[in-house]
Amino acid sequence: MKAIIATTVFGIIMMFAGIVVNNKKSVASIAALLFIALLGVNIWDLLTTSANAPQLLYGNMLRVEHYSLWFNTLMTGCSVLYVLLMGKEIQKVGSHVAEYFALIFFILCGLYILSTYNNLLMLFIGIEILSIPQYILAGSDKRNLKSSEASLKYFLMGAFSTGILLMGIALLYGAARTFNIMDMVGILHSDALNPLALAGIMFIMIALSFKVSAAPMHMWTPDVYDGAPTPFTAYMATVVKASAFFAFLRLFQVSFNSLSEHWTIILAIITAATLLVGNVTAVFQQSVKRMLAYSSIAQAGFMLFAVLAVNQFAWQGIIIYAVAYSVATIGIFSVLVKLKDYTYDGFNGLAKKEPLLAFTASIFLFSLAGIPLTGGFMAKYYVLLAVVQQGHLLWLVIFALLMAAISVYYYFRVIIAMYFKTGTPEFNSPITMGDKVMLMVTCILVFLLGIFPQIFLYHV
Amino acid sequence: MVLLLLILIPLITGILSFAVKGDGAKALALISSILTLGVSAYVSGANYTAPITYNHDWIPILGTQLSFVADGMSSMLCLLTGIVVMVVMISSVNKNVESPGAFYGFLLLSQAGLMGVFLAYDALVFYVFWELALIPVYFLCSRWGGEKRIQVTFKFFIYTFVGSLMMLAGLIYLSMQTQGLSSYSWPDIVRAGASLPPATQQWLFWLIFIAFAIKMPIFPFHTWQPDTYEQSPTPVTIILSALMVKMGLYAVLRWLLPVLPSGVAYWSDTVIILSVIGIIYASCIAIVQTDMKRLVAYSSIAHMGLMCAVAFSHSNIGMHGVMVQMFNHGITITGMWLIISMVENRWGTRDMTKLGGMATSAPNMAIAFVIISLASIALPLTNGFIGEFMLFNGLFSGTESNHVTMTVIAGLGIILGAVYTLNMIQKTAYGSTVKMTIAKDLSMNEYLGLAIIVILIIFLGVYPKPLLDLTSGIAGMIVK
Repeated sequence: MKAIIATTVFGIIMMFAGIVVNNKKSVASIAALLFIALLGVNIWDLLTTSANAPQLLYGNMLRVEHYSLWFNTLMTGCSVLYVLLMGKEIQKVGSHVAEYFALIFFILCGLYILSTYNNLLMLFIGIEILSIPQYILAGSDKRNLKSSEASLKYFLMGAFSTGILLMGIALLYGAARTFNIMDMVGILHSDALNPLALAGIMFIMIALSFKVSAAPMHMWTPDVYDGAPTPFTAYMATVVKASAFFAFLRLFQVSFNSLSEHWTIILAIITAATLLVGNVTAVFQQSVKRMLAYSSIAQAGFMLFAVLAVNQFAWQGIIIYAVAYSVATIGIFSVLVKLKDYTYDGFNGLAKKEPLLAFTASIFLFSLAGIPLTGGFMAKYYVLLAVVQQGHLLWLVIFALLMAAISVYYYFRVIIAMYFKTGTPEFNSPITMGDKVMLMVTCILVFLLGIFPQIFLYHV
Repeated sequence: MVLLLLILIPLITGILSFAVKGDGAKALALISSILTLGVSAYVSGANYTAPITYNHDWIPILGTQLSFVADGMSSMLCLLTGIVVMVVMISSVNKNVESPGAFYGFLLLSQAGLMGVFLAYDALVFYVFWELALIPVYFLCSRWGGEKRIQVTFKFFIYTFVGSLMMLAGLIYLSMQTQGLSSYSWPDIVRAGASLPPATQQWLFWLIFIAFAIKMPIFPFHTWQPDTYEQSPTPVTIILSALMVKMGLYAVLRWLLPVLPSGVAYWSDTVIILSVIGIIYASCIAIVQTDMKRLVAYSSIAHMGLMCAVAFSHSNIGMHGVMVQMFNHGITITGMWLIISMVENRWGTRDMTKLGGMATSAPNMAIAFVIISLASIALPLTNGFIGEFMLFNGLFSGTESNHVTMTVIAGLGIILGAVYTLNMIQKTAYGSTVKMTIAKDLSMNEYLGLAIIVILIIFLGVYPKPLLDLTSGIAGMIVK
């Protein structure tokens, strides 16, 4: 796991780069290069690790499976895409550009730990490393009251949920006498189950539901996503959320698999509630940014399907969903961030003025809505497949499909505004050739995910 | 390979068309549609020896293959798609639309989607094309339609999208039941579905049927249809009513009847009753319409209702009749919409109370109109007759409990059909002459478009054998 070390070092380099280099633009370029280097390190990790036997590292604290490395690589790839698409906008958020990039490197460090942890303590540490930089990023637009509110709210809620997580871990330790998630499998049996363990599992489930913004623990999400500077919202809603899901799945798939009869129904209810709240509330939003916040809750409902389905498809499901959802959401945010007005009316007539921007935005929205041939369809398909395979949650599948139909309503409102309404959208900055090229690349990725998903599941 | 061409020609020319400015797009679309028609004619011709097939790996881990088969039913519908799209392109030659590149591009893309639906031999491929055919139509209606277009099209889109998602769940469930590794290929799905216990088939039936019922549309899922037809520009209305609704019926024949035999047997009474209610209900509403477009929209519900009822009647001759009638209805209704758009173009209104005297002011148009209308009410020696005869024969000889009663009630539909259709002719073609705003009989391209339709109507009415031969043998595959 050279990537963990590399990302930490890169983060520190970025912090110093902020002192040495004064020009925002060069800082952003250095960051982009370092991100690409980090992707290289991840690929190096992937190639030098044996595909068959998991590798135990750092005194059994981390267990490195091949699919975890693959997940890391893909998420780092998404981060590269993110930095290339959003670099210019990140520079505009405030004056401490280098620090923002450094914080993103630290978030990735947390991500790498969360995808490979073998010990509940590492889960806790991973989540903290992942969360704390986000609290800062959410409040990075210091003069803006909403941004400060977002940061504080996020911090308080995050700290609260971490407390619950620790409580759960402690209870679980009481029952299993170990922090090691593999050893737990042998100790926690369904027949002679310590009630402490059940309580622990519930606490952990609630805490992780906070992190992935599942209802009814989602209350912080809209305000935080809406208040945080848009480029950072894009990152929080995608890569960060996906990694929390991966951690969620890892624990419940590996350690609590044999106990699934005890927690499936509760998680199923959480899933249904998440889908309902996310989709129905998104319909009533007037701001596209806030709509995307609710839509990220709705999409979380679909990702929870992977956790619910305790089978092999779940890994494929979560990985393809994480990538497809991240790529499309980063894409739509990078269009949104160009506009002055974040309401639906701000999109009016975009197709006339910037046809390429409107076209790519439509493709990203199609993907989020799950239209075939886009990544979003394959992602939804995989998680549904996983649950149908598992057999007894068919009611939830049908419910989810109805909710997916509702989601078409609010995603297509943006398309209607762009194509069928007249208006003159105003931009924050002129759209350059580079932006267009990057958007096209993202668009091609969306199609690639939808037509040849097997490429992205190569190592699963 | 040749099947791939059927999809690729419209797909590639459609994408190219977006880049073309002005009249070039029209020419490109016309050439593309003629090429596609040529290929589909070849495919139908080759079908007499052995169906053409195409297979290629797509996503092996999901058990899905890019697999196409053109048997009699598929190649017939491809031929219909080829003819209708070409007629649409011919009759649009003298029309001007805003941003023609995008307009014709979307039309061709929807053609590619339709071809894919009719040819797909793999459930997932079928689903993908099913959705893809819808997206271009959504854009066409929302951008170039009437004044209420955005809400109406949105309703249409959401309606059909809900249906297709339900179908997707059903198809995933079915593919899970296939032997060994999950598979989506048609024979595997059929085997898996037929081996399911009846109770499972009974609920699975609705999961899959609802998508098709919305598309056809069957009462009470039809509410999107009249508004959408009315608000769409004529070329799109033609694509919708002549081709898209056939997708629903085709899907019933291909992906429902053979797949869930016990489920179908259990629910066919219900579906037939719904269809027959739809026939009478839509016919009655059609009688009181004054807008020609709405009248034809409701008449289409009635015609589709009859076909759907017969599709569920478990009779060989009926099934054959459904296939033949799919083709005939597509041809006839295309002619109908063409006439209506010409009327609107010349008189500036579709309101029948403000029209009259077409026979004196535009005699050629009136002749075509009368022939097409007679085909629509299935007069002998028009193409409608043979299909409708087989349909009623099938419904009457079906195995359902109330088949005689149902046949009699559905038969009322013919009478009502004659009432509203002849009423429409009377009000528009005869009566006191209303002055045209653009005084002109048929122009060259309109003449050509209508001539193709009228010739097909009469030819297939007098000598329907080629059409019957093309689809013979398929009915046996669907009804065991």
